[in-house]
Amino acid sequence: MSRYFTEEHEWIEVEGDTATVGITDYAQGQLGDIVFVELPEVGITVEKGQEAAVVESVKAASDVYSPIGGTVIEGNGALEEDPALVNSDAEGDGWFFKLTIADPGELAGLMDEAAYVAFVDKL
Amino acid sequence: MSINPSGWRPSLAANDTVVEQTGTVTGNRALILEEPLLFELGTTQTCGVDLPEPDTAPSVRLGGLERTGAIGLPGLSEPEAVRHYTRLSRQNYAIDLGIFPLGSCTMKHNPRLNEKVARLPGFADVHPLQPEGTVQGALGVIAELGEWLLRLTNMAGVAMSPKAGAHGELCGILCIRAALEARGDAREVILVPESAHGTNPATAAFANYRVESIPCTEDGRVDLAALKARLGSDVAAVMITNPNTCGLFERDIVAIADAAHAAGAFVYCDGANFNAIVGRVRPGDLGVDAMHINLHKTFSTPHGGGGPGSGPVVLSEALAPFAPLPFVVRTAEGYRLVEEEGAADNGGTQAFGRMAAFHGQMGMFTRALAYILSHGADGLRQVADDAVLAANYVLRSLDGVLDAPFGTSGPCMHEALFSDKGFAEGVSTIDVAKALIDEGFHPMTMYFPLVVHGAMLVEPTECESKATLDQFIGALRSIAERARAGDPALAQAPVHAPRRRLDETLAARKPRLTFKDA
Amino acid sequence: MRYLPLTEADRAEMLARIGAPSVDALFADVPEAARLAGPVEGLPGHAGEMAVERHMARLAARNVSAGSVPAFLGAGAYRHHVPASVDHLIQRGEFLTAYTPYQPEIAQGTLQMLFEFQPQVARLLGCDVANASMYDGSTACWEAIAMAGRITKRNKAVLSSGLHPHYVGTVRTMARFTGDVIEQAPLAPVAEPDLAALAGQVDAQTSCVVVQYPDVLGRIGDLAALADAVHAAGALLVAVVTEPVALGAIRSPGAMGADIVVGEGQSLGVGLQFGGPYLGLFATRDKYVRQMPGRLVGETVDAAGRRGYVLTLSTREQHIRREKATSNICTNAGLCALAFSIHLTLLGEKGLRALAAENHRLACLAAGRLAQVPGVTLVNGGFFNEFTLWIDGDARAVVRDLAGKGLLAGVSLGRLYPGQPELAGGLLVAVTETACEEDIEALAAGLEEALA
Repeated sequence: MSRYFTEEHEWIEVEGDTATVGITDYAQGQLGDIVFVELPEVGITVEKGQEAAVVESVKAASDVYSPIGGTVIEGNGALEEDPALVNSDAEGDGWFFKLTIADPGELAGLMDEAAYVAFVDKL
Repeated sequence: MSINPSGWRPSLAANDTVVEQTGTVTGNRALILEEPLLFELGTTQTCGVDLPEPDTAPSVRLGGLERTGAIGLPGLSEPEAVRHYTRLSRQNYAIDLGIFPLGSCTMKHNPRLNEKVARLPGFADVHPLQPEGTVQGALGVIAELGEWLLRLTNMAGVAMSPKAGAHGELCGILCIRAALEARGDAREVILVPESAHGTNPATAAFANYRVESIPCTEDGRVDLAALKARLGSDVAAVMITNPNTCGLFERDIVAIADAAHAAGAFVYCDGANFNAIVGRVRPGDLGVDAMHINLHKTFSTPHGGGGPGSGPVVLSEALAPFAPLPFVVRTAEGYRLVEEEGAADNGGTQAFGRMAAFHGQMGMFTRALAYILSHGADGLRQVADDAVLAANYVLRSLDGVLDAPFGTSGPCMHEALFSDKGFAEGVSTIDVAKALIDEGFHPMTMYFPLVVHGAMLVEPTECESKATLDQFIGALRSIAERARAGDPALAQAPVHAPRRRLDETLAARKPRLTFKDA
Repeated sequence: MRYLPLTEADRAEMLARIGAPSVDALFADVPEAARLAGPVEGLPGHAGEMAVERHMARLAARNVSAGSVPAFLGAGAYRHHVPASVDHLIQRGEFLTAYTPYQPEIAQGTLQMLFEFQPQVARLLGCDVANASMYDGSTACWEAIAMAGRITKRNKAVLSSGLHPHYVGTVRTMARFTGDVIEQAPLAPVAEPDLAALAGQVDAQTSCVVVQYPDVLGRIGDLAALADAVHAAGALLVAVVTEPVALGAIRSPGAMGADIVVGEGQSLGVGLQFGGPYLGLFATRDKYVRQMPGRLVGETVDAAGRRGYVLTLSTREQHIRREKATSNICTNAGLCALAFSIHLTLLGEKGLRALAAENHRLACLAAGRLAQVPGVTLVNGGFFNEFTLWIDGDARAVVRDLAGKGLLAGVSLGRLYPGQPELAGGLLVAVTETACEEDIEALAAGLEEALA
């Protein structure tokens, strides 16, 4: 099990041939109170870098890009009832969706946690 | 993911939930009166209008669809209704109360003469489908106002029917699409500067164009080199705002227009800021092909708490033939209203269709025409002069306390742009805005344009006296100094308004959009 | 100039603070060739209040106001009596001269009013939730079709033949640019709308069926069976109401299964004004709220725990979503929504029902009387306050002829459908509470004379 990060502030946790995607704690802090999350439909295929979800704060709507390509197998239904989970636990219970990985090679370009922390420090 | 660039995160301060003690039984505070909802006040059996009692045995020809169940509409008697709405009105700030310096929105005085003439029965009580012979004066108003707009802009044609600025924008873009289609030229991209109003990309996308953003330069203007580099045979139009949303005149506008035209593209100008240059500069002289004019901004029709607007579009020679239906033509026998597509007498035009039922916002046309006639050509020029003078006065009077990101980019036009740079940690633009409320002013536009972090856009307009401007500047200076010093009380503002800060997060997470009976 | 407070001395002082030699210097960024040296040529100079009023009054005098003669025009705009207090209240400066309520602490008046307007509209139309108004009925109609497309991810709209032709024109204009497919059968001037045939046009590409109620000929059809058929095909039913007063007498479209109900709200509180400004009504089911265009006001609390109202769900809107917005709409019709709301508050349920009953009583009286005129037949089976007459001759010419004699007889189908000579005999007659029995007699006499 290993976790990767993107420069667009998504995290992805890989477990075998499936992965879980969410936004980082840094990102939720920048967005402020999350009021709504629009999740991808189960069964759709997404490409690496494609818009897969939308996260809304009161004054902003932001696209969430899929860190790698794959087929969506589950959305986090808990976010529909309680979008504040993204604020309280962005990198845990506030996950967005799970997918089956199309090409594990696409993980190669992503950052590990240390690299992401260094990246955020420079922002 | 993409992250909100504006810096606006309106959550309530954690320690800011206090129950206020009014010390009164009613919760009222003298002239600040709490007003229940209509649904809590009225009953379905109360009526403030005298109507004939329905017949006991009416002749019913409703096709068997008579309404049987309750509708649930509360009513009030006339005195209750007058009091309810009067009390509500007193919870509003308004231009009639004081300066309303919303940048880009243009809140100027609404002359009451305009209200009076719009209510003449000859205008207010005329049906849109009356025969032409009975509405020559109404058609005359449309024609006369249209003529003024053409002369003031030096353009060739005008579409009067769009119902608001964004609708006019759509009309202009549809004219461009129709003109391109007529010459068999399929283009798919519209270039929009990143500082543009949100309506611009929304409009372009609605008309099925792909939107591409053009960066702006360090000095707050469109990056001409980047624009030129992007122009090509796939670009249908450049949408530009001039004066732009940073309050600056686009110096390179003629070069931008020339480059666009050389690439076969059209130039759409968002005319939201036309009030800054009316009577001084004609957009037709700058190479603009289409521009909407917000009558509620430049020509002072009332904003009414969010509409109605009115957005006529002026068009160049190249686009004029594609203007939508209906339009007014002048003939030897009087004015005619052309409503039919491909009508023999419509001058061979290629109108692209109809934007809305009927002929446009007539009630706004009468008000705008009265405003224009009152000012005349000389007065309108003075309007632009005074508006620009007032904005520069505000800009320079706040030197040293508020950061003006483009303060060295030349004079501003009708609005002065500031940023949150220099505020102490934890103080944001919203705190400054809310503190202005306590001082008795309406805040400026905040967090727009998006190209400036924590933006504050101040548009004083030509309608404020120097004494009012000085009072406003004094208050803003003092608040800005508190923001720099990190005064924690700013986070609590406003404390003197009918309401403290409202919980927008709660409203969006658990939307309550309708009254539910208990 | 009476609207400009600055004096020459003020201007000089302000220029000194700015450090500019003249106002001209502030326009230095304008290309020199485009700077005008003086006022735009060929246009008159400023004028006093009296002169402007005289000019405008002369223009107004060249119109025949509907209230000055017997008038029977409808077709999407209706003349109703508006109580005097409505116009007084909307002219209060705090409503008239306020902006969109972006600073809710000092805009609770507008916000609470809109929060009351939304359920008034929703209840009248029979829906869960309504927005804070749109430009007008025709643009609301298009927005409903666009919304149905977003929900169903399909792009064909089937319009009933009885949808107002100006609404159809507006829809076709928009669809031409978005690529939506619009289907509509031709209008037949028969007694009842053919809703069964409409259901037959629905296929797997259909996003919605749009039906006007009462329709452009004034006919009323039960939408329940149509709604079932449309839903079975995975599409939505959009109902369009151009005369909301009718809903004081007949069932609401929402109650019959419509998913989106839009309308023209002009009838209540807003005068005829030669076509605008009016206000669009827009209501739908709770589950579609996030796909709905336009502004929404929601209830919340302030920092002191008191109830208050804010604009909400604004991430659907253009100023945040930009090219991904549900609509490019920025302005709504705030002041017209206020007029609508006040008028409906003064009526209440009891008054609305009585008003609707009076409209229908007079319309029945008129339909009966006019059908006795030789050469005139009544087309409609059912109707509310507007019906279609079929006359021997060209109704458009008759309308013009009668207008010359001080009688606004109605709206001819020739005016509404200029390219369709087969409809030339149709005349729409609207009878509201503003018509009296003498007016109806005058119309009967006028038609008799014209057709003799």
